[in-house]
Amino acid sequence: MILILAFRNLFHDRIRLVVTLIGILFSIVLVAVQLGLYLGARKMIVGMIDHANAELWITAYGTKSFEEAGTLSGRERHIALAVPGVASVAPLVASFASWLKPQGGTTLAVIVGTDPADGGLAPWNVVAGDVASIAEPDAVAVDRSYLDNLGLKGIGDIAQIETSRVRVAALTEGIRSFTTAPYVFMPISRARNILQLAQDQSTFLLVKLADGADVETVRRDLAKRLPVAEILTREEFRQRSLDHWLFGTGAGVALIGGALLGILVGTVIVAQTLYASTKDHLGEFATLRALGSSAGYIHSVILVQAALSAALGYGLGMSIALVIIQLSEKSPLPIVMTPMLAAGLLLLTIAMCAISAFAAIMKVTRIDPAMVFAK
Amino acid sequence: MSGRAILRARDLVKEHGSGAAKVRALKGVSLDLMPGELTLLMGPSGSGKTTLLSILGCILTQTSGHLTVNGQSTDGMSPEQLAAIRRSNIGFVFQSYNLFPTLTAIENVRLALDVRGHSGKAGIAMATAALESVGLSHRLTAYPRTMSGGEQQRVAIARSLAGSPPLIFADEPTAALDAENGLAVMALIQKLARDKSRAVLVVTHDHRTLQFADRILTIEDGLIVDDRRQAAATVHPARRRGKAASGHVRRKA
Repeated sequence: MILILAFRNLFHDRIRLVVTLIGILFSIVLVAVQLGLYLGARKMIVGMIDHANAELWITAYGTKSFEEAGTLSGRERHIALAVPGVASVAPLVASFASWLKPQGGTTLAVIVGTDPADGGLAPWNVVAGDVASIAEPDAVAVDRSYLDNLGLKGIGDIAQIETSRVRVAALTEGIRSFTTAPYVFMPISRARNILQLAQDQSTFLLVKLADGADVETVRRDLAKRLPVAEILTREEFRQRSLDHWLFGTGAGVALIGGALLGILVGTVIVAQTLYASTKDHLGEFATLRALGSSAGYIHSVILVQAALSAALGYGLGMSIALVIIQLSEKSPLPIVMTPMLAAGLLLLTIAMCAISAFAAIMKVTRIDPAMVFAK
Repeated sequence: MSGRAILRARDLVKEHGSGAAKVRALKGVSLDLMPGELTLLMGPSGSGKTTLLSILGCILTQTSGHLTVNGQSTDGMSPEQLAAIRRSNIGFVFQSYNLFPTLTAIENVRLALDVRGHSGKAGIAMATAALESVGLSHRLTAYPRTMSGGEQQRVAIARSLAGSPPLIFADEPTAALDAENGLAVMALIQKLARDKSRAVLVVTHDHRTLQFADRILTIEDGLIVDDRRQAAATVHPARRRGKAASGHVRRKA
């Protein structure tokens, strides 16, 4: 009967129900979008690091992220190769550069110079052209989602990066950049030329360990032999990049702040409507109390009302959030929804509604059953 | 009247407020409610009827005095313990019916049963039987708003019967009803009192209800000033035998 009473109380006042659901829906959509953007941003920030085949990253001191790194002289590679436990060391160049669009105008791009044959970072999700073809003169690979941004139409288009001519030879999908500067993959030798680096110079050295080698031991050895460089594990480099872009720039704080605002607004709206509904049904709750119901029984009715609101609001909110997520797929900052986030949002909605029920429960706890005799 | 008292009240005093604003609503009420007896509690407005009903019904607590319900002293009980006493022992019928407007007749009765721990199919069967006993077997799924006042009060009576409590308290059950429905409802309440394991107390202003009473208590200014049994309960001639006063009567000074 608790479920029936809660359901009827909830659906008795349709306008109030709609207000409640809009409150939850608004909250869910806002939190889903904000946290989805946050996850999307994280995925973009660490995309290169996650796809590189390296257990350790050697980089210049003070490197903040993949896109903002100092330069290594080149001799570090030879020293690293002599360290026990190191299987291979692949140089990689990553740096911002100016991209001149074919029809005029410039934009910022990030050159990623790498030789996959060395165990470097190869472009992934290639959807047009051939990744091997970027070894050809002037050939580069870019992500399809940035074609407009780069002033391109597709494979074969010609543009200019810094002072060098480039030709699009391959297109990838889903390699997006948090900085909005598209990644441009090319062989490392050409990247060095464009960025005017010496033949051995690079911004990163990707270290692959031999089978059975201990990451921490190798890292210590490398650090000892390369006192002027930083040796980071993949996880450390991920964290450093995330800290820089999400918290150093304030972008992540804004996204999380937006999500918290969503939770707050949702909680307040649901609390207000639940409280008003309880107040409307106070006479009925007093009757229930007079009939001998325990306080827990009445609290259960209110909590079930809150849970029903949560379930309905979550269903509607997630439906809208999924549509927005779908629409954002091709945008520069796609929203990410994971099963974990969806489950987390459900728990959050239930918690939000339970907390919202608190004021109503407090009200009903103070109920005077003697009011049933009020004429 | 038979057996021991289902409810025993001794020297009940109820004070509201404090200091100069203190009001003594009850000034020392003692009474017993016996099984098989329909008692009317009458008195002018402000005499303490509702306060007394609230205390006897374990909804309010007395300032002093003692109350025993079905052999259990309620003195010093917490609100939750009093709720448990109500749950096991007391059914209420209210002047304004106090039905849940969003629930059907049978659901209203089922709710009271659910509170008392009778749920599921057993609850449905008991609720159906209770509504049949008040002549509403054809209105099980009707909502209160579609029912007449008399029908609503009969649902409330069926609800008070849910779980067969030994005490039924009715607060002005006929006040909102026309003469015909009022008499029908009182006849129904009288029928409840025929159960020898149950005592029924009705607070009323309505003199048409006198004919149904086995006993009439009159309260004035917080004191029971008259307690008399009458031998003329209309539809219950069997109870004309052996009427002896059991109430504690205090005459007004």
